Amino acid sequence: MSLPTDRPATRWERFKDNDIVWSFFHSPGAVIAAVVTLLMILACVFAPVLAPFDPFDPAQISLWDGKLPPAWVEGGQPQYLLGTDNQGRDMLSTILYGGRLSIIVGLAAVCLGMVLGVTLGVVSGYVGGMTDAIIMRIADVQLTIPGILLAILINGIGRAVLPLELRDDFAIYVVIVAIGLTDWPQFARVARGATLVEANKEYVQAARIIGLPRWLIMIRHIFPNTLRPVLVIATIGLALAIISEATLSFLGQGIPPTTPSLGTLIRVGNEYLFSGLWWITFFPAIALVVLVFAVNLLGDWMRDALNPKLR
Amino acid sequence: MTELLKIEGLDVEFPTRRGTVKAARNVSLTVNPGEVVGLVGESGAGKSTIGNAIIDLLETPGRVAGGSILFQGEELRGRDEDEMRTIRGDRIGMIFQDPQTSLNPLMTIGAQLVETIEKTTGLTGADAEARAEELLAQVGITEAKARLKAYPHQFSGGMRQRVVIALALAGDPDLIIADEPTTALDVSIQAQILDLLKRLCRERNLGVIIVTHDIGVIANIADRVVVMYRGEVVETGDVAQILGAPNHEYTKSLIAAVPRADRKLERFTSVDYIEGDAKPFSRIDVQNHWLGQARSDRQAKAAVEVDNLNLSFVLQKSLLKRNRRMLQAVDDATFSVAAGETFGIVGESGSGKSTIARMIAGLYQPDSGQIRVFGEDVSTRPASATARQARRALQMIFQDPYSSLNARMRVMDIVAEPIRYHRLTGSESETRQVVSDLLDHVGLGAAAGLKYPHEFSGGQRQRISIARALASRPRILICDEPTSALDVSVQATILNLLKDLQEELGLTMIFISHDLPVIRQMCDRIAVMRHGQICEIAEAETLFEAPTHDYSRHLLDLMPRMDLLGTDRAVPA
Repeated sequence: MSLPTDRPATRWERFKDNDIVWSFFHSPGAVIAAVVTLLMILACVFAPVLAPFDPFDPAQISLWDGKLPPAWVEGGQPQYLLGTDNQGRDMLSTILYGGRLSIIVGLAAVCLGMVLGVTLGVVSGYVGGMTDAIIMRIADVQLTIPGILLAILINGIGRAVLPLELRDDFAIYVVIVAIGLTDWPQFARVARGATLVEANKEYVQAARIIGLPRWLIMIRHIFPNTLRPVLVIATIGLALAIISEATLSFLGQGIPPTTPSLGTLIRVGNEYLFSGLWWITFFPAIALVVLVFAVNLLGDWMRDALNPKLR
Repeated sequence: MTELLKIEGLDVEFPTRRGTVKAARNVSLTVNPGEVVGLVGESGAGKSTIGNAIIDLLETPGRVAGGSILFQGEELRGRDEDEMRTIRGDRIGMIFQDPQTSLNPLMTIGAQLVETIEKTTGLTGADAEARAEELLAQVGITEAKARLKAYPHQFSGGMRQRVVIALALAGDPDLIIADEPTTALDVSIQAQILDLLKRLCRERNLGVIIVTHDIGVIANIADRVVVMYRGEVVETGDVAQILGAPNHEYTKSLIAAVPRADRKLERFTSVDYIEGDAKPFSRIDVQNHWLGQARSDRQAKAAVEVDNLNLSFVLQKSLLKRNRRMLQAVDDATFSVAAGETFGIVGESGSGKSTIARMIAGLYQPDSGQIRVFGEDVSTRPASATARQARRALQMIFQDPYSSLNARMRVMDIVAEPIRYHRLTGSESETRQVVSDLLDHVGLGAAAGLKYPHEFSGGQRQRISIARALASRPRILICDEPTSALDVSVQATILNLLKDLQEELGLTMIFISHDLPVIRQMCDRIAVMRHGQICEIAEAETLFEAPTHDYSRHLLDLMPRMDLLGTDRAVPA
């Protein structure tokens, strides 16, 4: 603990002084993982600028160019660096656009799961009693069902409810909701655990004596103090959500093949794998593995850095 | 052979990212056989570091940077881990602060003792068991043979600490290092443990180093005292000289800050709590100041009245009533606190004193009985609007300064929270003015408002807590062990501050503590509690000079008294 000086620290000084920031710059694994994650996210976000082709523009797609191998393989063409898929789309461009979709779906699903889970977890932990019992039993029951099956179920119901002509347009939102609803019990458990610890601390008792109502104590005092463990879960949850999306799409339950995501690309490629067209599956799969691995490494580092016992 | 342990010019460093911290600088001390040396200092003085450095158990990244540690004439520095391990068990025993964590909860006492005995003495099987029994008997545990089969959780805190001492004695060491051995224990058990250590020291001609922050412990047990301040030894000497006629300025101020048990003082001398740009303490004109506004002068004689209060906790849940196990935390408590008075509640841990405070504050709901604040019944549920209103006159200051402030809020927002929520000011700019006023008033300076709690020390945080409590414009302040987590010199500043505030604002105070000298310095009337019941309520002076209840007398007898030092009375039997 540094001694208080006369001048309060600026935000930048506080940031530099932060132990977690320090720990980050002193663990090479975390820095590499963060750089890789950031690069991949940026590449996907700026896909329209970076990608040599637009896979959604029929004018740029020619079936004559379909199934071309990567540029360095015999028969490859230099403008298609990673080759083309069965419809003649450039693999590199399709991966960038597909990655974009995967990341968006992952982030949105984690956010949904986090908001839902943390809200229920904090309420459950602070209010206790019957409320706690009901919320946590629902979470327990949900955890007994394999996540991907539940996501398929929710996804199926979601699609069945939608009118036929809207299905493809809304497919991405249905996937987000399906993964988000599958995710929440993890967040709820972590948030509830942290809440139980915080609620017994004296600053919460002080807030009660001041006369603050329960909802205000939960929002202002308890919620900010449960964020650390929740962020760790959220990072690992992001990797899981990206995988869930890929799995759903691979099984043909998620994003329609016309809008490529990493999962749909792998699925399409899978059909051609034994015909020797390995690149249609290989490159999206590598992109998925690298992205998930980097995000997981980041989550691992964060779990260690935020755990005072390991420091 | 002369000295048992001779440390010369010891330097201990902790390299950190913010530069090297010198935890100990040029420390020299000696321990003779059959002598208890007290190593005393406030938190961060480096006293525990010395103890750990001797047995090479410094926390990473700490290291010994210079000097020598001679134990029975042999250098201990530079030994490898294997050699140190045999020295640690066989020749130097360790006793740590918390008996809860120094024993393995999954092994019986006997198994743990036998394991240590086999490792250190080479005795095996039945011999080792017989030795274990003998050791338990020596540390004053009766029915030792049967107790060998018990697990740590079946023992009380004091008994566990005895077992830890038996473990330290297992290898028949020549030196024992005891790091705050009684800090986690109640006074009556503290006295027994200190007595035991002193007896073992004399009988076995052991050297004992006792590391403590508590001058009372030193007065009870030590032959010689080493006073440490910020990593350096400032004074070494005979216990009577150090406590009676200290030479160094720091030792003098340390001794002056210890609350006296023998008489009541107006305030603690020579302790200044003003920091930074805070203005010197000046009286507030209560009639015109914000803190004094909106005080309806209710003409109630009693600020708080408690009638036949009961609360029991469920220890073991069960559907069947007869299988439930309950703990009667507060048993039929009745008292009243007059407006403007300081009412003390004293008792050992588990006596129910904090539970009463929490019921008055509304954190616990009593099973039966009534609590009235300025004549208004506040104990009914759900709380009526008038009861809520009445309860706002009441604020609480907690024990642990590290958990009583929300780490994610600025100090300014922490203190402003009650003002903003209850809309006690007309505008945001007035709120800011009032908050900086309050921070100034508790001696912190208005600039403190922009910082976060982790930038402050324990004593400073406690002042932030006080400022937050004042921001509700309370008329009653409940202080639950407000200084027991603080160093003695900081304790004096906080107690002085509370006294000043009470006098100037006419606050009623309920002051809870296990520390009798502190209670005597602070309170007008005192209730003594034991096992949830109030034994005696008396005027402070009457209680200390002529207690009527047996338990009050017992507590007073155990109180370490520095004024009787040198006589046999200083060590309670």
